[in-house]
Amino acid sequence: MATITLDNVHKKFGDTEVIHGVSIEIAEGEFIVIVGPSGCGKSTLLRMVAGLETVTAGEVRIAGARVNETEPMDRDIAMVFQNYALYPHMSVFDNMAYGLKIARVPQPEIRDRVAAAAEMLQLEAFLNRKPRELSGGQRQRVAMGRAIVRKPKAFLFDEPLSNLDAKLRVQMRLEIKDLQKELGITSLYVTHDQVEAMTLADRMIVMNEGVAEQVGRPLDVYSNPGTEFVAGFIGSPATNFLSAEAVGESGRGAAKLGIRPEHARLCKPESGFVRGRMTYAEALGAETLLHLRLPDGALFTLRQDGGGSIPHEGDDCGIIWEERNQLLFLPDGGRL
Amino acid sequence: MSGMVEKRGLSYWMIHAGMILGVLLIFFPIWLAFVASTVSQADIVKPPMPLWPGDQFFENYRRALFSGVNAPVAVMLLNSAVMAIGIAVGKIIISLLSAFAIVYFRFPCRQLVFWLIFLTLMLPVEVRIVPTYEVVARFGMLNSYSGLIFPLIASATATFLFRQFFMTIPDELAEAARVDGSRPMRFFVDILLPMSRTNIAALFVILFIYGWNQYLWPLLITTDPQMNTIVMGIKQMFPSGDDFADWPVIMATSLLAMIPPVFVVILMQKLFVRGLMESEK
Ligand SMILES: Nc1ncnc2c1ncn2[C@@H]1O[C@H](COP(=O)(O)OP(=O)(O)OP(=O)(O)O)[C@@H](O)[C@H]1O
Ligand SMILES: [Mg+2]
Repeated sequence: MATITLDNVHKKFGDTEVIHGVSIEIAEGEFIVIVGPSGCGKSTLLRMVAGLETVTAGEVRIAGARVNETEPMDRDIAMVFQNYALYPHMSVFDNMAYGLKIARVPQPEIRDRVAAAAEMLQLEAFLNRKPRELSGGQRQRVAMGRAIVRKPKAFLFDEPLSNLDAKLRVQMRLEIKDLQKELGITSLYVTHDQVEAMTLADRMIVMNEGVAEQVGRPLDVYSNPGTEFVAGFIGSPATNFLSAEAVGESGRGAAKLGIRPEHARLCKPESGFVRGRMTYAEALGAETLLHLRLPDGALFTLRQDGGGSIPHEGDDCGIIWEERNQLLFLPDGGRL
Repeated sequence: MSGMVEKRGLSYWMIHAGMILGVLLIFFPIWLAFVASTVSQADIVKPPMPLWPGDQFFENYRRALFSGVNAPVAVMLLNSAVMAIGIAVGKIIISLLSAFAIVYFRFPCRQLVFWLIFLTLMLPVEVRIVPTYEVVARFGMLNSYSGLIFPLIASATATFLFRQFFMTIPDELAEAARVDGSRPMRFFVDILLPMSRTNIAALFVILFIYGWNQYLWPLLITTDPQMNTIVMGIKQMFPSGDDFADWPVIMATSLLAMIPPVFVVILMQKLFVRGLMESEK
């Protein structure tokens, strides 16, 4: 268990800078999720914490000590890779024990620690198998086990669930959360899936093009996005953006207005803030998603409870929302 | 339906008959050599050639193994074995290490080094034989195992093959080992070597036979009959001019020379098959 600090961390590959200065203080035992679109630098950031990439500028500290020049093995961290990276010629037991063997942990203790991890992960029956004789979910567990037995200061996960099918992903997500709670080990978790981010994180870092756009608790980030990018990236279906002019909100310099699908309601065409023509509806049972075509051609998504009445295709509707729910953004994407 | 089965059955047997015929055809010279190694000199020179083994088997093979023509075949077999194993093992170790360096380490002129190694593919033993001889002679390695082995030990082909194989191993594996605390040589021994074992077995067979069949190089640097290898030994048994040729002993020697490579192939074939069956997904 330890704190992790990133202090204005930069990363350059050759001449192109891909991380433009990220800072965060991670408390002991905290579960931090780094989320963002593909190519925004999530993996690079994580790998700098792991020591697999050099840090171009800034400082990485683990438990208060600068580790910029420290080899991964000496940082006392464990990493779970996207493709598990299990040693194909070793049994499950040997895979989990390898790091301990190198650290010269005595044999009986290795056996105990592997047995404990195997029990926690329900892997006891597979200890003598080779990785290729396991299913994807089991391999994932072995990779987790390999991280657990080391009793590291921190866990680093790089999209550990992206190779699993949807159902298994949900299950493993819960298991990871439970495990982390139980062990209380500081964790950094990279994903591009915002549902994973929302459900797992104590706090999350929303990244965009090498910049941490916002750091905060998932619900805070959701309800109070700091930038236009965060408002658009977090939340599904995505936030609707209207030009501030069209709704008469350009007063204080706002360029865009964002409104989440669940905050908008339908009304008579005359009394809405904007008008839309009903294009199609997705009735999902508990909820219904209505897609309306605005006069400027953009689509507007509106979410209502499953029971509500659904307008006919082609009907003109008004869209209305409560003013406190609207998010105003400046021309540079910042929040007003 | 049954007609089709019958037809398949017929072609099945035809193919087999054809293959058996082919094997017999290829096997026939070896059979003749075997027959020649079991009869007396007098039987061979008198036409027609015998087609069935005679009664001199033990006598001919004893003479070949323990006295031979220039040197006893047993000694030459041992020399060949030392040379072939030395070359195969040495080539594998060196090329594993150089491939490891080229794939996993970023050092100055890495590409240049790779291309230099690759370039030596175009310089077979025969092309560089004179300077190599000069070097070996000055090191005083004529008539020695080290002289037989070392000049042939560098292998661009094997380096290239291992490089290709190492490049198919995902980077994540090396990174996982690094996070687990494995230093580079430990990663090499614990992870890369076991993963390469089927490649190593395959290369061993090829390189053993390559070493076993070396002719020109041993001929050049071994003048002492006690250091002769079997392949050059056979050639030297042939009479020059009107000399008398002891054909039964020469044939016995030839057959003895075939046994070790065949043995290696059969032995390693098991490893191959096992490797193929449990190959990674
Ligand atoms: N070794 C490298 N050399 C040069 N550029 C690199 C290297 N590794 C990553 N990059 C670049 O850095 C940027 C960030 O890459 P990174 O792998 O961190 O993205 P990511 O957020 O993890 O994306 P994904 O979700 O697709 O995994 C990308 O634009 C990528 O092209
Ligand atoms: Mg990534």
